[in-house]
Amino acid sequence: MTARSPGALANVEKFSVITAIAAPLMRVNIDTDIIIPSREMKRVSKKGLSNGLFAGWRYTDIDERVANPEFVLNHAAYLGTQIIIAGENFGCGSSREHAVWALVEYGIRAVIAPSFSAIFHSNCIQNGVLPVTLPADEVAALAKLAVGGSSGIFTIDLLAQHIIDPAGRTHTFEISPNHRQTLLDGLDPIDRTLTLKASIEDFEQNHYDGNTWAKLSENQP
Amino acid sequence: MAKTLFDKLWDAHVVTDLGDNNALLYVDRVFIHERTGSVALKSLQESGRTVRFPAHVFGTMDHIVDTLDGRGDSTLMPSGEDFIKAMREGCRWAGIKLFDVNDADQGIVHVISPEQGIVLPGLSLVCPDSHTCSQGAFGALAWGIGSTEAEHALATSTLRVTKPKQMRITVNGVLPDGLTAKDVILHIIGELGAAGGSGHAIEFCGPVIEAMDMEARMTLCNMGVELSAFTAVIAPDETAISFLEGKPYAPKGDAWDEAKSLWSSLRSDGNAIFDRDVIIDVSHLSETVTWGTSPEHAVEIGGLVPTADNTGCSVNHESISKALDYIGLESGIPIAGVPIDGAFIGSCTNGRLSDLRRAAAVLKGRHVAKGVKAICVPGSMKVKAEAEAEGLDQVFKDAGFEWRLPGCSMCFYAGGESFGTRERVISTTNRNFENRQGPKTRTHLASPATVAASAIKGCISSFHDLEDGMLDRKVAGGVG
Repeated sequence: MTARSPGALANVEKFSVITAIAAPLMRVNIDTDIIIPSREMKRVSKKGLSNGLFAGWRYTDIDERVANPEFVLNHAAYLGTQIIIAGENFGCGSSREHAVWALVEYGIRAVIAPSFSAIFHSNCIQNGVLPVTLPADEVAALAKLAVGGSSGIFTIDLLAQHIIDPAGRTHTFEISPNHRQTLLDGLDPIDRTLTLKASIEDFEQNHYDGNTWAKLSENQP
Repeated sequence: MAKTLFDKLWDAHVVTDLGDNNALLYVDRVFIHERTGSVALKSLQESGRTVRFPAHVFGTMDHIVDTLDGRGDSTLMPSGEDFIKAMREGCRWAGIKLFDVNDADQGIVHVISPEQGIVLPGLSLVCPDSHTCSQGAFGALAWGIGSTEAEHALATSTLRVTKPKQMRITVNGVLPDGLTAKDVILHIIGELGAAGGSGHAIEFCGPVIEAMDMEARMTLCNMGVELSAFTAVIAPDETAISFLEGKPYAPKGDAWDEAKSLWSSLRSDGNAIFDRDVIIDVSHLSETVTWGTSPEHAVEIGGLVPTADNTGCSVNHESISKALDYIGLESGIPIAGVPIDGAFIGSCTNGRLSDLRRAAAVLKGRHVAKGVKAICVPGSMKVKAEAEAEGLDQVFKDAGFEWRLPGCSMCFYAGGESFGTRERVISTTNRNFENRQGPKTRTHLASPATVAASAIKGCISSFHDLEDGMLDRKVAGGVG
């Protein structure tokens, strides 16, 4: 058994405020195959994925891990990036949570985009990554400020629900209070849900009393 | 208050309202596969938790199993065997029914779940697989989740979910002969964009949907996620009910009658309000394929590869020029006639019996063009057996196709088989993403008939381009 303090998400960092540089990846529909190609998911594990992050873009030779000088995260100015700024529909495609695990292992704590795929968004919340949704023109403006990497420091404050860009302007964002709380507390949703055990049992009893056809026993047809 | 079908499914599963449009939803069925399910089971076990309701959980081996004859646990994908063994051990530990590698009912999760009657109208079903929306075709609340959420569903029989907005897509007109749900959904994604369903649950309805069989409806709902939708649903009707009758896990006797009467109420009320309404007429649609690296890069077979300059948006411009670069095509050329190196028929989108019949109708008496590597992978052992009983396997083999064992196969590249670097593949799968089918492999999505016709011609082609057409062709026991 892995050591896990009750209530805390295993290995998940709480999110309150980060101050960091951001990398612009201004393409639409950056899918989870791009974020972590399937071939990089080599072990039955949530670990060992950061080297495969953006492998198709990051390396000119994936097998030999030859860095692609054109790719933004390979520039020295973006060393230590914790924020990605991207086009709409970030994280679309496969449900693979490995995409978020790879981002976390690489050091990414937040992604700013006009929209996210539903599964990727949810996977972010489960893993302490803040998905910030802002209008496309605002995202584009932030991406411009991120060009140059280390010259632009962003602050993302989840408590205040705002971003302070390198020019000192404040951008407020919306987030579901449930998601915000999960990120702030770093609490494990399973433990929280298990406190509702009685409600689940009551619901289940009524649900299958009223729908006997829906209940199976022992996986037998 | 008038309710949509989605509202009814949602409301029937709310354990607790968590406020702010979130609810704890009861999950009737969980399906897992070896690629992501193995991780979820392992993590669950390591955290000292258990599977709460094992009788309602099912597993399959589909994602990385080999599809070559004589397969076992070892795979062409390096370390694939670890996933297979971890899955098998995890299922044994949890007491979960597993459709194992060479079982007679093994197959792709979204093919075997309906075959087995595991998905049913009115149930909620989740799977750590984005194409779980396929199963919404039965009027189930079925959606894809991540591995951590799978652990949550396994441990608690519930999930914390934000209720999406709702969108109705009405498909009007009459689908021209030979066109299929694949053409319809590629067209819709092309019209609405890959983010067109973002934040929404989609209900497909209208005369074209009503006329579709269940396999076509599954193809349609399958690609709901390629619109970035939460899921897709279709109201269950006689077509859905007769499909499920007698399936192994479907209710029997009185329970079946009870279920049927409930299912008849599973439809949107006439005056229900949707957040967004889209109406599409497909009467003049032609075969649709993709030219680029997103399913939204759809074009009718008579169309041209677009130019990057006319989108008026710098982000789109960048994305389109990168897509053209990756796919290796010039702007402005006709998509038909682009030479191909490979053809793939299979997947949770188009790996069912009717898909194989349509492809076989085109292939019968013909042969794939020289130099084209052509592969057919039935979606399940059952599909394979039924196809073989009709002699379809022989049609594929005679035409120069490889006839494989069921699995997700080359829908995606996990380090095992691929079509090769810069090879151009026309494929019945759902994703034409960069590197999806292999490093630098170029994917064009299409229907089974269009893939078959293209394989014969050696270039992206309409089935109308074959000398004696295909519409009046029949295969033994099959339909054209």
